[in-house]
Amino acid sequence: MRFPWSKPTDSSVQQTQSGAVSNPSLSEDTGVIHLENVECSYRGSDRPAITGFNLQIRPGEFVSILGRSGAGKTTALRVIAGFEQVSDGYVRVGGQLVGSSFLHVAPDQRRIGLVFQDYALFPHLTVEKNVEFGLKDLPKEERANRVKPVLKLVGMSGYEDRYVHELSGGQQQRVAIARALAPDPVALLLDEPFSNLDRQLRSALRRDIKQIVAETGATTLLVTHDREEALATSDRIAVMGDQKIEQIGTPEDVYQNPVSAEVARMIGPCELIPGVYRGGVVVTEAGVFPTRVTNGTSLSDGRQVLALMRASELEIEPAGDETQRTATIELKEFEGEFSEYSVKLDSGTVIRVRKRVANGMEIGDRVRILPRDDAAVIVFPA
Amino acid sequence: MTLTDVITTGWRSGDTKRPPLFLVVSAVVVALAAFIPVVYLAVRSAGSGSEWVDLVFNANTASIFGRTFLLIALVTTISITIAVPVAWLTVQTDVPFRRVLSVASVLPLVMPSFVMATTVIEVYSPKGILQGWLSPFGVDRLPAIYGLPGATLVLILMTYPYVLLTVRGTLRRMDPSLEEAARAMGYGPARTLFSVTLPMLRPAIAAGALLVALYTLSDFGAVALLRYDTFTSAIMIQYETSIDRTLAAVLSLVLVVVAVFLLLAEGLTRGSGAYHRVTVGTVRSARRVALGNWKWVAFGVVMVPVVVGLIVPVGVLLHWLIRGLLNDQHLLPLLVPARNSLYVSLLAAVVTVLAALPVAILAVRFRSGLSRVVERSTYIGFGLPGVVVALSLVFFGINVARPLYQSIWLLVFAYGVLFLPAALGSLRASLLQVSPRVEEAAMSLGSSQWRTIFKVTVPLVMPGAFAGGAMVFLLTMKELPASLILSPIGYKTLSTSIWSAASEAFFAKTAASALLLVFAAGIPTAYLTLRGHGDDSEKQKREIDLEEAAR
Repeated sequence: MRFPWSKPTDSSVQQTQSGAVSNPSLSEDTGVIHLENVECSYRGSDRPAITGFNLQIRPGEFVSILGRSGAGKTTALRVIAGFEQVSDGYVRVGGQLVGSSFLHVAPDQRRIGLVFQDYALFPHLTVEKNVEFGLKDLPKEERANRVKPVLKLVGMSGYEDRYVHELSGGQQQRVAIARALAPDPVALLLDEPFSNLDRQLRSALRRDIKQIVAETGATTLLVTHDREEALATSDRIAVMGDQKIEQIGTPEDVYQNPVSAEVARMIGPCELIPGVYRGGVVVTEAGVFPTRVTNGTSLSDGRQVLALMRASELEIEPAGDETQRTATIELKEFEGEFSEYSVKLDSGTVIRVRKRVANGMEIGDRVRILPRDDAAVIVFPA
Repeated sequence: MTLTDVITTGWRSGDTKRPPLFLVVSAVVVALAAFIPVVYLAVRSAGSGSEWVDLVFNANTASIFGRTFLLIALVTTISITIAVPVAWLTVQTDVPFRRVLSVASVLPLVMPSFVMATTVIEVYSPKGILQGWLSPFGVDRLPAIYGLPGATLVLILMTYPYVLLTVRGTLRRMDPSLEEAARAMGYGPARTLFSVTLPMLRPAIAAGALLVALYTLSDFGAVALLRYDTFTSAIMIQYETSIDRTLAAVLSLVLVVVAVFLLLAEGLTRGSGAYHRVTVGTVRSARRVALGNWKWVAFGVVMVPVVVGLIVPVGVLLHWLIRGLLNDQHLLPLLVPARNSLYVSLLAAVVTVLAALPVAILAVRFRSGLSRVVERSTYIGFGLPGVVVALSLVFFGINVARPLYQSIWLLVFAYGVLFLPAALGSLRASLLQVSPRVEEAAMSLGSSQWRTIFKVTVPLVMPGAFAGGAMVFLLTMKELPASLILSPIGYKTLSTSIWSAASEAFFAKTAASALLLVFAAGIPTAYLTLRGHGDDSEKQKREIDLEEAAR
């Protein structure tokens, strides 16, 4: 469901907002949000929080920025919303240039819906007045006509007259989303929206929000440090390293083809062990594995590499008489559908291996580690 | 209160935002206005040629210096000695009637110093009430109360609540796990007290001591009635006796220098350590120390200053009132001063809070060199005794702002300059509690900075505005020297009519006005003390969260 009052979010028909300058070099597919080579620094810090930051979000898309805390992902969000001024690059919202070293459109002129980590609801207003806050330019009757369906959409009908402190964390979040959606923003930005909720509530709300966003067709950017959250909700994931985006793609693509060790670590649990590349295979302490490369570099023989070890892509079998490149089972955790083994190499590194059927291997046994189904292991130049 | 806000943590926003022009302009205007008295004094003193050198460096001035500092040292030391144990007993122990005691122990704050002084003279003078009670035991004369002993006693009773409030605030906020950690590491209770608790209290004690010292420096009523000459009384004498008031201006300027020196000294004691909790999470309330058989002793200890500083003076006032009524003294003429007092205090409270608002917003939300300068300069009122502000505004009124002279607006202006720091302090504290994210949310919803300030920021700092207003109201009700000097001719307030009635020995009138004043001042004080006891909304929210999770 789109709201009847919703304007098309397609960039080419977006009206010029006051203060925004249209850029002659703008191409047709600029996207709803477009950050180009953006740099932003905080005063008093000699190092920019983000630099060389590129991101483009298409109409109706749900994109997540995944990154560790301190990587600069909230800064990126604040740049888009207009709370931080950029020192270099271009920020475009709805096709209009809103931020650059020479131009800064105020946050209240950008029509960006923002849901804060702590929700930032107005404690002195009721739920209804909170949602109405962004509709100040509409006549009174029309405001009510808008508040109702939005509250219904987030499942908060009947709570109109409650105050914020009378709501649970999950309810507050729904109101925050309703408030952000009511003025029909160009895009919806969510800053770690689930971090203040406990685990069970989190996954339920995640599904709800995904559904709400899908119903409105809003273009959405979510910022999170939780990979499950990013993988489960997004059309595309942008993995952030330090200060900039390292890789962007569909969750499946990023998971299967991480372009760097850093991205691999962020996108799923894994171990990276050193090895030497030799004619299509990598020789490591854990064994010899066939390889593949994800970031286009060509490896020469003898090159030091890091091999990506993921529990679901490995297999173990009893070592037999072999003593070279074997390991010891240190821990076995039965998880129902599979068992997860922690296997300790002689150097002390622990690798996790997931097995569907436990074939009698127990703690203390010597085992060999193999790639499951002879699949290639991803390697990164060290 | 005000200074301890500095050590509390809270929300600050990034410093990249530019403040809206209207905010900067109004804050700068307020800061400049607060500086008028000092600037005018300086101009005036500079016009005195070399005469001021003789005045400042003569033997008489040196002796006034000595006497003033002796009084400050005695009052500050003894106030701390009383206030710290009382604070600890009312926060961290199971002393009987703890809630009642924690309100009662602050209440001497409502007594104006000149009222306290008249009752102290009545009770403790050589042939006073106390001597009357003691005469059966063969005491026919008590030691003289006039001079240093009396002035010290009155000022201690007046000012120990300042230290009590600052120390108690810190004790309440202090994370009990710090003390528990010390105990777990094998420190005994006494060693924990001296190596953890007291050092944590140092900034609060220093802030409270500063308030005590500044109050003592600026008090006029008590020292005048008890005939102990300090700076303020010397200035008053210069003002009233000599035709050339330049000398009064010069002495006032010296007094300002002393006050600034005290402010700087307090800054030095604070040191560079962090005194707030470094970790996040909610503060557990500490388990109270069980006093066992000692708890009635503790009760007695806390009650001593309450009895001497509140119950006895109020008793004396009631005694006078009844005696006067029996002797047919009339109280009717009190209505006008009472109405005037209420009117001018309310006016002062509203004006001062409105003036403090832009300064507070600028200082907390838009931190920059300018906002720091603006904030600091409004704190000047802290170090300016009422006598000084009033005098300089008399000069200012006569020479510059003639239409304001002899109007209550000049009086309200004086109160504003004097009490701006009090209003600013509570607004600032309140603003630090408001997350800047809430304001950003408003802006992301298309609200301009203007609209955001009026629709979001201001409603959210209303509790702080009320607290600040209550404080200004209380201080204005009690204020004497500025009211004496600046009230338009014939305009009587409660404090000025007490002053004149006391000097003419109309005891019933004194007593009635004083009781009225104490009562009127007691309402905001009780409000301020009880505030912050009932804030359970956070807890409630967590409970709802748990319920939802359980479902």
